[in-house]
Amino acid sequence: MWSYALKRLLSAVVIMWAVATLVFLAMRIIPADPAEVVLGDQASQEALAAFRARTGLDRPLLAQYLDFFAGVVHGDLGRSLITNAPIAEQIWAVFPYTLSLAFASLAVGTLIGVPLGVWTAVRRGGWIDFLGRIFALTGFSFPAFYLGIVLLLIFSVWLGWTPIIHSIRGGGWHEHLGKLVLPALSLGLIQAAYITRLTRSAMLEALGQDWVRTAYAKGLPDRVVYYKHVLRNIMIPVVTAMGLYTGTILGGAVLTETVFNRPGLGKLLVGAIAQRDYTLIQSGLMVFAFIILLVNLLVDLSYALFDPRVKYE
Amino acid sequence: MSEAAAARDAAPSPDSAATAAAAPTAAIADAPPSMLGALVQALRADPGAAAGCLVILLFALAALLAPWIAPYDPTSQNIARAMQGPSAAYWLGTDEFGRDLLSRIIHGARPALLVGVFSVVVSVAIGVPIGMLAGYHMGWIDRVVGWGVDIMLALPSLLFALMIVALLGPSTGVLVVAIGISHVPIFVRLARGSTLVVRGLEYVSQARSFGASDFHILRRHVLPNIVGPLIIMATLSIAGAIREEASLSFLGLGVQAPQPSWGNLIRDGVAEVLEAPQLAILPGIALTLAVLAFNMVGDALRDMLDPRDLTAATSKKH
Repeated sequence: MWSYALKRLLSAVVIMWAVATLVFLAMRIIPADPAEVVLGDQASQEALAAFRARTGLDRPLLAQYLDFFAGVVHGDLGRSLITNAPIAEQIWAVFPYTLSLAFASLAVGTLIGVPLGVWTAVRRGGWIDFLGRIFALTGFSFPAFYLGIVLLLIFSVWLGWTPIIHSIRGGGWHEHLGKLVLPALSLGLIQAAYITRLTRSAMLEALGQDWVRTAYAKGLPDRVVYYKHVLRNIMIPVVTAMGLYTGTILGGAVLTETVFNRPGLGKLLVGAIAQRDYTLIQSGLMVFAFIILLVNLLVDLSYALFDPRVKYE
Repeated sequence: MSEAAAARDAAPSPDSAATAAAAPTAAIADAPPSMLGALVQALRADPGAAAGCLVILLFALAALLAPWIAPYDPTSQNIARAMQGPSAAYWLGTDEFGRDLLSRIIHGARPALLVGVFSVVVSVAIGVPIGMLAGYHMGWIDRVVGWGVDIMLALPSLLFALMIVALLGPSTGVLVVAIGISHVPIFVRLARGSTLVVRGLEYVSQARSFGASDFHILRRHVLPNIVGPLIIMATLSIAGAIREEASLSFLGLGVQAPQPSWGNLIRDGVAEVLEAPQLAILPGIALTLAVLAFNMVGDALRDMLDPRDLTAATSKKH
């Protein structure tokens, strides 16, 4: 187990290094000069030179690269080109909002998707399956940002059940929770559609296996077969796919945070792109990649929880 | 004709019985020779897929004929007629600049389908040859390709596309490239996996023993056998690309105003959502319908070409 975990960790570290290098280089091959982008066309040569000296952009590429990595290793992600504020602080300030949105939407997606996937599979061909498949296909096709707008319109504008303004400044935990409901639903319902499809498909495949027939032959009731035997066996593919889906959730969070004007990593990144704050874009993308790699690592290591046969040899 | 060439031509066809005998490759080997035939069968069996095809056809016609069928110029402004509700003159009403919403939605089909289709062309053109080479040769090529894919998959496709747009600036051409490149890993993985299965089949070994070149084997024997799964994935990828184009345009990083795209129409509509919700809702319906249609057709093709799910399902007593 430990040697497998170490191997996976090393592989994740190497990929993270490669992603960071890719993002670093990508930000250095931009056709525009960041100094001119930030200071404008009218800036004097002296001002441009001073800006490049302050941000280290006048240094050789290798020196910039080594500095960048030395900083990353020490948790220093550099400073914003626009505000000169430390990037790590900006990211830490909004990180809890994205994290809470990701977890809340995952909870919505799992609590709806897994039971619905099981239900539609065991009632294959019936009207529940038909409705479940329509939900899954429609939800899968609904862009998250559009669903957010529709939910906002229905629950905030027409019904008045939730606040229209979702930007969070101060307030207690109940206010934060209230402003989490619609963003989590808009992202979570789309995940639910995905998890429903996935669970249904894995469930259908598992239901055809010999061990299910054996379970029935032992006289076990449907409920025990579905939830104790089959569901446990399909959790590995389902959890793996959910891990791979983390990227899509985070991509969706970028849009959902923008729709609801909610602070978060995604909104920070979009703002950085609009302002062409290249150092912030670079660090934002790296943090996203880090989260995705970490989740996939945890998913891989969690297999033993779902299937004791997994020995990691 | 040289002996080697004759031998290559004499090699069993991909659809021969030898191919069909390979059980694990049922999805690939049993694929009907004609994709059109598969599509017609799928449409007959699945009315939802037929509806999906119809919707795609309607959107394609709208995109092609937009200048002739749209009642107004989508960019012409007239403040005097701003924010009008639906009427006989303006079926879906007008926006804050007095532009006809229906005309803008019809013209919005153009970037959606253009980016949707051409970005997938980019993904296929880059991803399939790389995946086939990795799957066919294995060894260090496969390892290097695997690392590349792992690195690209560490960033979600939307964020990868965002990065490219951040570098090159927003435009329709950049969107095609950005979304196309961000979907490359999907096609690399699929082509690699399918090639891995096919390369072990008898007719490929036979072609190799007859002296056929790797290029010939990949083009004549491997590609025709992996094209089914690729078409399914391409159809589903078009749906994803349309959604991503709209997402980037919604963020202001895609198609730029005043040119209409469903994404920027929704973004503009959100600002007026209290007064005229249709400005955000209707372009969103067009967008969702288009994505749904491609997903339905992709699903139908998958059911048609990949019988594994059906086999598992039909063996269940419930």
